Amino acid sequence: MAKRVAIVGTGQTFHKSHRPDVNGQELINEAVLRALQDADLKMKDIDAIVIGNMDHFEGINYVDCWSVDGSGGTMKPIIKLTTGGTTGCTVAIGGYHLVGSGMFDRVLIIGWEKNSESDTTGAITTAFDPIWDRLVFAGAISGLAAEAQGYMARYGASDRDGARVSVRDRKHAMNNPHAQLRKEVSLEEVLASPMLADPIHLLDVCPRSDGACAVIMASEDVAEKICPKPDWIWGTAARHSYSYLGDADYGRLTSMREGSQELWKKAGIKEPRKELDVIELYQPYSFGGLIWIEDMGLVGPGEAPRYIWDGNTDMGGELPINPSGGVISCNPIGATGLIRCAEAAMQVMGKAEGRQVPDVNLAFSSGFGGCWWTDMILHGKNKPK
Amino acid sequence: MDRAAIIGVGMTKIEKRKVGQTFADMAWEAVNKALGDAGMTIDDIDNVVTTSSDFWDGRTISCMAVGDASGAAHKNISCVEGDGTYGAFYGMTRVLSGSYKTTLVTGHTKGSESVSSLITNSAFDPIYERSLGMDMVTACAMQAQSFMHRTKTTSEQMAMVSVKNHDNAFKNPLSQLPLRITVQDVLQSEMIADPLHKLDCSPVSDGCAAVIIAHESVATKFKQQPVWVKGVSFCAGSFFFGDRDLSHARSLTEAAKKAYAMAGIKNPKKEIDVAELYDAFTYQELMWLEEMGLADDATAGKLLEKGEFNIDGRLPVNASGGLLSGHPVIAAGLYSMGAVVRQIRGDAGGFQVKKAKTGLVHGVNGLGGQSHCVFILGKDK
Repeated sequence: MAKRVAIVGTGQTFHKSHRPDVNGQELINEAVLRALQDADLKMKDIDAIVIGNMDHFEGINYVDCWSVDGSGGTMKPIIKLTTGGTTGCTVAIGGYHLVGSGMFDRVLIIGWEKNSESDTTGAITTAFDPIWDRLVFAGAISGLAAEAQGYMARYGASDRDGARVSVRDRKHAMNNPHAQLRKEVSLEEVLASPMLADPIHLLDVCPRSDGACAVIMASEDVAEKICPKPDWIWGTAARHSYSYLGDADYGRLTSMREGSQELWKKAGIKEPRKELDVIELYQPYSFGGLIWIEDMGLVGPGEAPRYIWDGNTDMGGELPINPSGGVISCNPIGATGLIRCAEAAMQVMGKAEGRQVPDVNLAFSSGFGGCWWTDMILHGKNKPK
Repeated sequence: MDRAAIIGVGMTKIEKRKVGQTFADMAWEAVNKALGDAGMTIDDIDNVVTTSSDFWDGRTISCMAVGDASGAAHKNISCVEGDGTYGAFYGMTRVLSGSYKTTLVTGHTKGSESVSSLITNSAFDPIYERSLGMDMVTACAMQAQSFMHRTKTTSEQMAMVSVKNHDNAFKNPLSQLPLRITVQDVLQSEMIADPLHKLDCSPVSDGCAAVIIAHESVATKFKQQPVWVKGVSFCAGSFFFGDRDLSHARSLTEAAKKAYAMAGIKNPKKEIDVAELYDAFTYQELMWLEEMGLADDATAGKLLEKGEFNIDGRLPVNASGGLLSGHPVIAAGLYSMGAVVRQIRGDAGGFQVKKAKTGLVHGVNGLGGQSHCVFILGKDK
């Protein structure tokens, strides 16, 4: 029989723009040791490891094999999953299936990236078809700008609406010692920052970060023995809808709409805005914080700016989004989706310290990347049926 | 634990250079063959796992190139990077976790578009090892020396693996390189990295393979006879060569032991009827056989001389021709899996072995077999 799965421990590095003091294995090891400590487990208790990053950022082939001195994978099953920006959430979903299958009781999940070693845009550009897409694709920011323009044209939103999301996330980051950018920004500062690709200003997008995150998942047979109040995984969904840039519906995130509808259905959620207590969204730029919460069905099309301006997604609001400060405050890409998962788990477990949202029963975390792809996880305080 | 079965396999012909096909074209062909084999349509598939490598493909997010062609639109999907056996493993857990019923697993590589030495050089430590100019071939040459030294395996015995597998390839229409050669031909072929001659090494290949893995509740719903996953395990050893005894593969011994235990196999030498092993180089077939307990230590070369691993021998090994006769790197393990599945179903055609109730599939990740995956497949649930 399939097993129910819970997160019993999390760990992450103090993310920075550059970690010249550690190599990749050492960076990974920092997160792994913190997760083991959080769960009060030893490496010998771990039955299998799932690891992921984006190969061409560090230029290391067979990362599963290379990483073992940092991940603890020597003489253990270790498997690599990688799906681009979504990787961090993808590896978490991988850990869920490995434990859920009944093959392993305790699985260690690792996402990491040393973006300081990479030419990020150079690497990302090669993701796209060499004939049709690559020559016109000018990196991740231009694609995101096209989405934001599509949304603004359709619903009359402005760059001020986007900036409001940045202000929120950067304010939230002040509560998170692990975040890289811990300095509040004002609306005016966002709008006055250099324009990267209209309408995206410098302060509308994520930084480049070095960081790692580790999460330990356990089966229902052992989870509550390790952690009295674990974070139960209620469901997962992933949609990698497109291969070609021209296929996307700019201004809407189809993968988020399809995936979240599947997730709400699985968990019996009828009104996600009312039933969810906190969201950790892989939102690498501010406008995603408008567009994508509409695709999640939190509010109707075009209604996100009003909802955000009213403070509903701020700490203390109806549904806080990114209490950690989110991706705009920190983006070690291969780790980023897993950090969202870990942060959501910490909220459910009541371990989020200065960024804790009170009484979290249900939490949502996501990963974004690829060609408008979304991976997502629903977390809950209670054991799913 | 619930059970899973392989209910369809599809493979493109392995070729030196598929100049007319993109990654997506190859995936489309393999997926449709697997669906046809299973008697399914793409609507019967509820989730997809692609297997690819950003390094081998020269593309970041290499899975992006094949998602659409693998029918993943509107479905849950993920991607494993590594040998196809690892992709199949993850695909299997996705049905055993109760989330899905039918996983389509694909794996593709176009070696023809890759520079193997640079790609495998980048698997070494960037500070201490890469600048030495090491790559997969030189790494495996070191391992071959080490294995030969310890076990007294001879170059002639290694050459016999090449002769056998290239000859087997004549019976497999999907194979790239059927050759009728002699031990002397192998020994006289160009020395690539001592002791590996050109014919001790697998060729550069293009290909894509697909398998469909079903949860037991739907495994008999479609037309194809299910082949059951009886046991599976994988394990990684040390990264640095200095931390390993290169002449052994402890991680393989461990993975095989666990896979046998899960399958209830007590005496693998007697109970395994047919095996497809990762023979990227000739010595590897012999070494892996010993390390997974299918031959006693330092005896595989002699057993090979006696013909025990021939198609009509005690334990047919790489009856399909193996990787020596065609090696699309990432897809490799799925080709091996496809071959064993067909053996167990009794439809392997020209390379069908007499008895194939229980079969072994083996895949490798990393340099000199750092990480190994072992599947035991069987006719009976």
